[in-house]
Amino acid sequence: MKNTREFSPQHLAYLRGVKKKSILVNVARFSILFFFLALWELSAQLAWINPFITSSPSRIAKAIADLYKNGTLFHHVGTTLWETLAGFAIAVAVGYSVALALWWSEALRRVLEPYLVVLNALPKIALGPLIIIWCGTGSEAIVFMTVLIGLIVAIMNMLGGFMATDENKLLLLKSMGASKLQILTKLVIPSSLPNFISMLKINVGMAWIGSIMGEYIVSKAGIGYLIVYGGQVFKLDLVMSAVFILCVLAAIMYALVALLERLVIKNR
Amino acid sequence: MKEVLRFDNVSMRYHSKQGETVALEDVNFSVAEGEFVAIIGPSGCGKTTMLSLAAGLLTPTQGRVISDGSSFGYMLQKDELFPWRTIEKNIFLPLEIKRTNTPEHRARALALAEKYGLKQFLKNYPASLSGGMRQRAALIRTLAVDPDVLLLDEPFSALDYQTRLSVCDDVYKIIRGEKKTALLITHDISEAISVADKIFVLSKRPAKVVAEHALAFPENEPLKRRENQEFSRWFEILWKELNA
Repeated sequence: MKNTREFSPQHLAYLRGVKKKSILVNVARFSILFFFLALWELSAQLAWINPFITSSPSRIAKAIADLYKNGTLFHHVGTTLWETLAGFAIAVAVGYSVALALWWSEALRRVLEPYLVVLNALPKIALGPLIIIWCGTGSEAIVFMTVLIGLIVAIMNMLGGFMATDENKLLLLKSMGASKLQILTKLVIPSSLPNFISMLKINVGMAWIGSIMGEYIVSKAGIGYLIVYGGQVFKLDLVMSAVFILCVLAAIMYALVALLERLVIKNR
Repeated sequence: MKEVLRFDNVSMRYHSKQGETVALEDVNFSVAEGEFVAIIGPSGCGKTTMLSLAAGLLTPTQGRVISDGSSFGYMLQKDELFPWRTIEKNIFLPLEIKRTNTPEHRARALALAEKYGLKQFLKNYPASLSGGMRQRAALIRTLAVDPDVLLLDEPFSALDYQTRLSVCDDVYKIIRGEKKTALLITHDISEAISVADKIFVLSKRPAKVVAEHALAFPENEPLKRRENQEFSRWFEILWKELNA
């Protein structure tokens, strides 16, 4: 039914309606952004608000251009990006492995459960001073903080996915004489793929929280550093610029995970 | 005829913190090679326990389950096809599990799929098949490793009535065509009458065998049997025994 000539006029009208609606949604999305930025700029230009405190789109653009000109823009962005991605990758990999071990051994799961719950509830930023003493004041400390924030969430999400494996499918595999390793590779891992994707999505957010929070505590460079520094010297254009860059980076990273989801889950 | 499965005074108890449940008590029956045996019992009487015992997934608390080296294929209420695998890959699943995923075995499984009309769906994912076709694919998956005995755990109960009648007919013909022994467990009296050579009736929990019948019909296809006058006579007998 790919051929439009086979459709009835009513169906074509319906398809046009669907397309129109999706165009309208996109137009609305961009208009909101446009009007917000325009109002912000206008209010600042006409001095309805104090741009020294609220900044403005043009001042943000200028601040970013300044960072670019003095050659530090990519240094700051690169530092934070590296810390975030490293922390994200380690948290996901270690979290997945620990969840696998907990799925494998019921005894281990029962013994460690209260520890997981407490560690999950603990605000990791409380460990800030310890992290500085253990890891120094370099990027390692920030990566460590990022891992801490993402790790427990990754473990709990993945373990939940592994444990939710369909009982009947387990019975089916057991009746075929499957070993535990076969059950893991043929059923538990593939059936928990949607959980893996949602865990990645959650951890994208966690990784940014971790790296920015880490930079608040201790840093010499990075987007979090720019925000703290900008706040201390009252350069709010710099703070706003850093937040803007952060928005863009987080959106790109989320879009990449969403793309991965489309590639992986298309058959379900 | 050679016996392929025998329950000898089998009892089964489950233990939990709340107490212990006697699921089966002194169950005796046997299945001979080539027979289609049905076991009927009220809901929750431990039918699935019996199949798990037969398949060797559970060990009886008392008594013995003798299977004499027979291999078993399990078919469940739902097709349980893996949605991330194509029909072909689903059919190869038991070969992979038993580490017999050789070209000859694959060819055998594919020949079965072709014989029973699944050829055009082999590269499709289960989501694109009808309920009847999916259950047929599940049967071919079970047959792929050439088991001696098929264990059927209410394999039609998840289907709507129309589909159930035709899938039951379908499955019956395939099982007969492949000359397999089958043990069907169900609470559906008419389903049991329409397919079985022999019927065992179980009581409420703790389940015991309360009656045994050998059925003979002039024609054996399930839909033909349903039209026969004997059908309603058997139905009445079994219904009384089930509700005694």
